[in-house]
Amino acid sequence: MSQNVAGEGAAGARREGVGQLAFLRRHMREYGILIALVVIMAFFQVATDGILMRPINLTNLVLQNSYIVIMALGMLLVIVSGHIDLSVGSVLGFVGALAAVMIVQWDMNFVLASLICLMVGALIGAAQGYWIAYWKIPSFIVTLAGMLVFKGLTLWLLAGQSVGPFPADFQLLSSGFLPDVIDVRGFHLVSFVIGAAVAALIVGVALKHRFQSRAGGHDDEPFGFFMAKTILIAVAILYLTWLLATFRGFPNVLIVMAVLIAAYSFVTSRTTIGRRIYAIGGNEKAAKLSGINTERLTFLTFANMGMLAALAGLVFAARLNTATPKAGLAFELDVIAAVFIGGASMAGGVGTIVGAVVGAFIMGVMNNGMSILGIGIDYQQVIKGLVLLLAVIFDVVNRSRAA
Amino acid sequence: MRPILEMRGITKTFPGVKALDDVNLKVAEGEIHALCGENGAGKSTLMKVLSGIYPYGSYEGEIAFRGEECRFTGIRDSERLGIIIIHQELALIPLLSIAENIFLGNEQASKGVIDWRATFERTGELLKRVGLKESPQELVTNLGLGKQQLVEIAKALSKEVKLLILDEPTSSLNENDSQALLDLLLEFKQRGIASIMISHKLNEISRVADSITVLRDGSAVSTLDCRNGTVSEGDIIRDMVGRSLDDRYPPREPKIGETMLEVRNWTSTHPLHAGRKVVDDVSFTARAGEVVGIAGLMGAGRTELAMSLFGRSYGTYVSGEILLRGKPVDTSTVGRAIEAGICYVTEDRKGYGLILDETIRRNVPLANLSGISNGLVVDERKEARIASEYRDRLRIKSSSIAQETVNLSGGNQQKVVLAKWLFADPEVLILDEPTRGIDVGAKYEIYSIIAELAAQGKAVIVISSEMPELLGISDRIYVMNEGRFVGEMPTAEVSQEKIMSAIIRSSGRG
Repeated sequence: MSQNVAGEGAAGARREGVGQLAFLRRHMREYGILIALVVIMAFFQVATDGILMRPINLTNLVLQNSYIVIMALGMLLVIVSGHIDLSVGSVLGFVGALAAVMIVQWDMNFVLASLICLMVGALIGAAQGYWIAYWKIPSFIVTLAGMLVFKGLTLWLLAGQSVGPFPADFQLLSSGFLPDVIDVRGFHLVSFVIGAAVAALIVGVALKHRFQSRAGGHDDEPFGFFMAKTILIAVAILYLTWLLATFRGFPNVLIVMAVLIAAYSFVTSRTTIGRRIYAIGGNEKAAKLSGINTERLTFLTFANMGMLAALAGLVFAARLNTATPKAGLAFELDVIAAVFIGGASMAGGVGTIVGAVVGAFIMGVMNNGMSILGIGIDYQQVIKGLVLLLAVIFDVVNRSRAA
Repeated sequence: MRPILEMRGITKTFPGVKALDDVNLKVAEGEIHALCGENGAGKSTLMKVLSGIYPYGSYEGEIAFRGEECRFTGIRDSERLGIIIIHQELALIPLLSIAENIFLGNEQASKGVIDWRATFERTGELLKRVGLKESPQELVTNLGLGKQQLVEIAKALSKEVKLLILDEPTSSLNENDSQALLDLLLEFKQRGIASIMISHKLNEISRVADSITVLRDGSAVSTLDCRNGTVSEGDIIRDMVGRSLDDRYPPREPKIGETMLEVRNWTSTHPLHAGRKVVDDVSFTARAGEVVGIAGLMGAGRTELAMSLFGRSYGTYVSGEILLRGKPVDTSTVGRAIEAGICYVTEDRKGYGLILDETIRRNVPLANLSGISNGLVVDERKEARIASEYRDRLRIKSSSIAQETVNLSGGNQQKVVLAKWLFADPEVLILDEPTRGIDVGAKYEIYSIIAELAAQGKAVIVISSEMPELLGISDRIYVMNEGRFVGEMPTAEVSQEKIMSAIIRSSGRG
């Protein structure tokens, strides 16, 4: 940043401030979404007289949104690579039904059944990805077909009935909590320790990363801003961890989610696979001419999406403790909305995992908060729709101002 | 002569950059005025100010058109006065007819109902004026680029143009179409229509221009009057780059070694029309340290040959063999071709070369990701270091490696694409029209890189439609026509006439 290189004393400090503001303005796209989540949470915290952040509600919030978040991870890759997957809701329902049939009706071991389900999900994704990647059939059409097919197959598999309940062990996937080995009354120490470790790790990694890229001289995030951001994130994690620890600790599904978020975030931002997926979405022809096997990668992106939809299907079935023909109905829209709210571009090539997760939680907090306030489902839909539109308008306006 | 246009003291700043600094431009009634300058010198910005794309108030200075001061708030205002701009990238809609395109937004209609007979009649007249024999109902997509350019001009005529602005009108036209276009400009001049022509092609400028304004780094450095015939290309170049460019091609002493690349009997057919041979039984060699030129007209099959060699990216492979240092290599996918050491720099840098929304840093390592990663994990420090290294080495003008390539000028974009392929470390580098649409200074730098690669013992193959360029940089030239190689000559014995005659003698024999 050339403006704040020069300058001494008070003038220098003022310029540093101006620089930080300018930086924030330039990176509004990345931070705006996080700020929006904080503002929305603060709003509902006040509006619901503190119910939103109560430990029990917070736990609920995690459980309610886990399957959307899990699918948003896969959807982000699909959308970044320039495609869309409309079938995920139906696949979720289908896999839930398959699990119910195998576990409840056939008495299959639930671990084996879960593995089969994940594989079936990956195969479904692969089958759709095959037509999209190698035959260049638009993903919108292939997955629209998939959506109808698997909705139908779910009905067929369940014969129109609900199937349940699941064995208690299977339910733990969604309703279980991390076991507490050290007994402290009313406080889940293990969870808190894990949370604190994660917070420390995030700060550590951020500092190391900052130090390294500073050495190369290629980071333009002002130091004060960087510190404030890192500390805020760490404090937020600690605070939420503490809240959860005062209830029953971390739900199992939160651990699953956190591991997946970390893994996918790493894959997208730090690996060659991630680079290639962004390249395909940015300019497929150039990517192809750079030696990237665009077909195979697109194919794998859809296979991965199928697998994550299957995982979400298991989580959802375990949470409801039953598989119903209506499971997953219109979930794809929530997932896609989450990814777009998180800053991904319809044209491909743009978007982050963290953005998609934050987008999913924005939707989740609004659902939860409005339900607590007793706002009718009719208004809820309208408000959610407007928020999606607003997020994208914000993005577009922001980008045209930058250009 | 009374000026039709006077722009005085135009200053336009973008955040952090002064794009135009106190520029004056005076265009006389009925003259052809050429605007020259390197990429990024401010030519397009100046024309955007003139046409109202940058509205009054967003710049400083005054514009007077036919003696009256103008304050345009948008492109409609300038068009109403007869100032029409034709952009480099044509703005026609491919699946509409010529007539529909010409009257788009200006429909011959009463109360919203289009009068098709009047539309077609008027289109017919306009087409006659620009020398097109096509039917007004022909779809634009069926026309070649040259004819599309003429349709754009007919569209400008339909708006009663007084001052026509053309942004690099001939950059994608072949020789014949370019000549026709320039003749048309001369004819307009007879009828009193003034033109401003932005162009890099100095021979065209000296042919038609009455006066020349040279921009450099946002300032008008000189205005040359061509009517007394004393302006040489050297004068223009000196003003453009701020130094005299005695030699347009860097000096080089070829050290030619053993045969590096040998292509035998390469045949490839059109992707959609099986049996139509686009590359027909082509054999050639390139030696280490040698710069080999491939000459030919547009549509000769040169790009198709190169892309088909490079991972069969074009057409359907029929037959042929590629040998590198005497050993057959597999280039059946782009990945394998790169692995083998054969790389191809596309002629279409925006469409096939760059991820435009990504930064320089992300674009440079794209063809060699394993070069910046340990296994699967990208080493971001190494990525940044390498991007900076190439940015310095190729002198890519940019704020930093974090700049998005969409914001770079054409020459600098081309350098980023080159950097990507240099980092892939090829043995054989095929460059397709490496200097298309870039300015003289950047051209010289690209030639220097080519010379440097050859000096390192690589084989460099250059496809170019600009014959002087091929003569200037290559050691040996192949001539391609209608999918076949029809001539091979050492550059020392070659002239433009010889190349053309090889093409003409071979035409129509297939």
